[in-house]
Amino acid sequence: MNRHLISAADLSFDDAIAILDTAEELARLAERPIPKLPTLRGRTVVNLFYEDSTRTRISFEAAAKRLSADVINFSAKGSSVAKGESLKDTALTLQAMGADAVVIRHGSSGAPHRLARWVRGSVVNAGDGTHEHPTQALLDAFTMRRRLGRLDGLRVTIVGDILHSRVARSNVWLLRTLGAQVTLVAPPTLLPVAVDGWPCTVSYDFSSVLPDSDVVMMLRVQHERMSDAYFPSVREYSRRYGLDGDRMALLPDHAIVMHPGPMNRGVEIAADVADSARSTIVEQVTNGVSVRMAVLYLLLSGSRGPDEPALASEGDLVPAGERARSAAAAEAGR
Amino acid sequence: MSVASGPGTSRSDLRREQGRWLIRGARPLGGSPADILIEGGRIVAVTESGRDGGDGQAVRDGRDGRDGRDGGDGRDLDPGGQLTVLEAGHLIVLPGLVDLHTHLREPGREDAETVASGTAAAALGGYTAVHAMANTDPVADTAGVVEQVWRLGRQAGHCDVRPVGAVTAGLRGSQLAELGAMADSAARVRVFSDDGQCVSDATLMRRALEYVKAFDGVVAQHAQEPRLTAGAQLNEGVMSARLGLAGWPAVAEEAIIARDCLLAAHVGSAMHVCHVSTAGSVEIIRWAKSKGWRVTAEVTPHHLLLTDELAAGYDPVFKVNPPLRTAADVAALRAGLADGTIDCVATDHAPHPAESKETEWAQASFGMTGLETALRVVHEAMVSTGLLGWSGVADRMSVRPAAIGRIGALAGGPDATRHGCPIAPGSPANLVLYDPEPITPVDPAAQASRSHNTPFAGMKLPGQVIATFLRGTPTVLDGRLTG
Repeated sequence: MNRHLISAADLSFDDAIAILDTAEELARLAERPIPKLPTLRGRTVVNLFYEDSTRTRISFEAAAKRLSADVINFSAKGSSVAKGESLKDTALTLQAMGADAVVIRHGSSGAPHRLARWVRGSVVNAGDGTHEHPTQALLDAFTMRRRLGRLDGLRVTIVGDILHSRVARSNVWLLRTLGAQVTLVAPPTLLPVAVDGWPCTVSYDFSSVLPDSDVVMMLRVQHERMSDAYFPSVREYSRRYGLDGDRMALLPDHAIVMHPGPMNRGVEIAADVADSARSTIVEQVTNGVSVRMAVLYLLLSGSRGPDEPALASEGDLVPAGERARSAAAAEAGR
Repeated sequence: MSVASGPGTSRSDLRREQGRWLIRGARPLGGSPADILIEGGRIVAVTESGRDGGDGQAVRDGRDGRDGRDGGDGRDLDPGGQLTVLEAGHLIVLPGLVDLHTHLREPGREDAETVASGTAAAALGGYTAVHAMANTDPVADTAGVVEQVWRLGRQAGHCDVRPVGAVTAGLRGSQLAELGAMADSAARVRVFSDDGQCVSDATLMRRALEYVKAFDGVVAQHAQEPRLTAGAQLNEGVMSARLGLAGWPAVAEEAIIARDCLLAAHVGSAMHVCHVSTAGSVEIIRWAKSKGWRVTAEVTPHHLLLTDELAAGYDPVFKVNPPLRTAADVAALRAGLADGTIDCVATDHAPHPAESKETEWAQASFGMTGLETALRVVHEAMVSTGLLGWSGVADRMSVRPAAIGRIGALAGGPDATRHGCPIAPGSPANLVLYDPEPITPVDPAAQASRSHNTPFAGMKLPGQVIATFLRGTPTVLDGRLTG
């Protein structure tokens, strides 16, 4: 596995499966009386958040703490250059404090790439601008695999503002790697002009793709897109691209409905759909902690000192490398 | 290159002396070797090497006759050993380069560049004249500011500085600047541009084109439809989609170029298109020229060599306006430059301090330095590929930009201020000597520009500028500034 997790496109099949398998083992930990491992004791994880995102920050914080890492939350809202310290100077500061991992959420695409040039520790992308949000895609894949038992050949329909969605980008690359078939549904204004080159199909007709979908992932639509003339009105958007009860009825019985949150109930997703048995929305939040634990574990356990215990010595887990190899072998043998 | 000084002339005496020079064995426009005699700031004789047995005899006795001088009066052209001989056996000699598009940043952003540092960079790149863009602080939209920039250029002495005047007051795009006052000033402004901003208002653009006809001016348009590029970061296409950077569509450039070609035709005026970057723009300009309309265009060295794929690591050193485009665009730009649809190469040298580039992509400034690498990049992109010979390079980097800037061989104004003239007797001795042989990596730290935002850092490029002469005075010798 790479030193950083910046883009889902960088993950090999083995890397991705290793993360999902590790997350599966760590999820079981949550069922124990004291859901905490000493694995990352003495390691420092910094949550560097340039955008408000309480749910993502808390998820990473919980993940790091369950692995006994020290967590520093650094909220730096607003443009780094316009409002004071530059990202580079912040990075050098964190470096001087000995951050082993920096989890960064930033409004500018590519900020984690820049950060990775300036710090020695691992960089985890917790969402950068309109680029990627790889741990969201990993927790989505984890949730699909748990619910439906497989990823290979799974038909996943992603609906909404693809152009500006980091969740959609990360999911397209990761699901391609994992063998799923992705269909994007959006008004043409909210698709990249070069979407033809992406490993997925595109449809403008939401209802027509639903009978052939195992997963429907609804994306949040921002109200400000309306003022930029991406669509005429929220109501029209909702009618053409929202998931209501009638549309949900077109899905196969086993299909699930996902949403990365936060939801606009009544816009892209009707309340009765969000609260239905098909909805995995709350589950996704739970799974997010396990997946982020797995990411931190796999990124940081490689950097441990020689005297420190490996996670495997706790008796719960096999070493990451070995697990990756056995996962690859299992895949090859399918 | 070796410099053999006459008796009693120390090397330091050569600095900035408008002496008598014999450049021996250099190849004008890459052709057969010649000896070039410079005196009084002009070329006085050009003689084929070998005709004189290699000892410069033909030059000395004026047998050639091409120099138009009376060499038969026995007058010694080497009195008192003041003639300096420059052995230039393997060097190509071109007319001094002319840049139509340079940001010197002074006044206002002297931390990024000054007139002195920027023109030093220009001289090292082989330039003898640069056109200084108007987007300074204060904006060059009055006679006072353009005269200040012009005077700073004269003081520095590295190359001629031709200020570009703003089209609209404060580059605000709402009201014409005092174009006539700038044209009549000591700076004799002929090129007007709001570069950095597009003159997007069609009526204002029409009026500007009409107005400059009174003094043979040209409006240089930065073609960028602002409503199609709000927040734009990178060429809209495969890379912008993948990187999640706001797309900068080719049509935002092409729509303005098409409109302005039609406007220029309608009012019968001269319009120059800055930094053409798309294949579609080349097609539109080719069509406009086929109509006989007075449209000219430039392309930057970086758009001839680099593509948007370089943005993959989000390093803002590759962030530029207009953005780097695709390989297909690069091919079309090269073809357009080769067939003359695009008249010239202009650097759009845009220095920025380190902190403007060591940031997130979206926060970083647009722009790249280019003066010190332009000739080498054109060598790589156009000559090494067989698209252009050295006479073509001279045409696209000196003759045509000088003509567009109204300082060419046929321009009005003082004879001595002309550039892009033939390497022939009578021409002002504006020359660059270029060694095409070495292939070396670009080292930003070794450059004279105050800023180091070159996208070519570390890239191996052919060639080296050895010497630059401005009206007979060497500004660069042995690849180093003389003053």
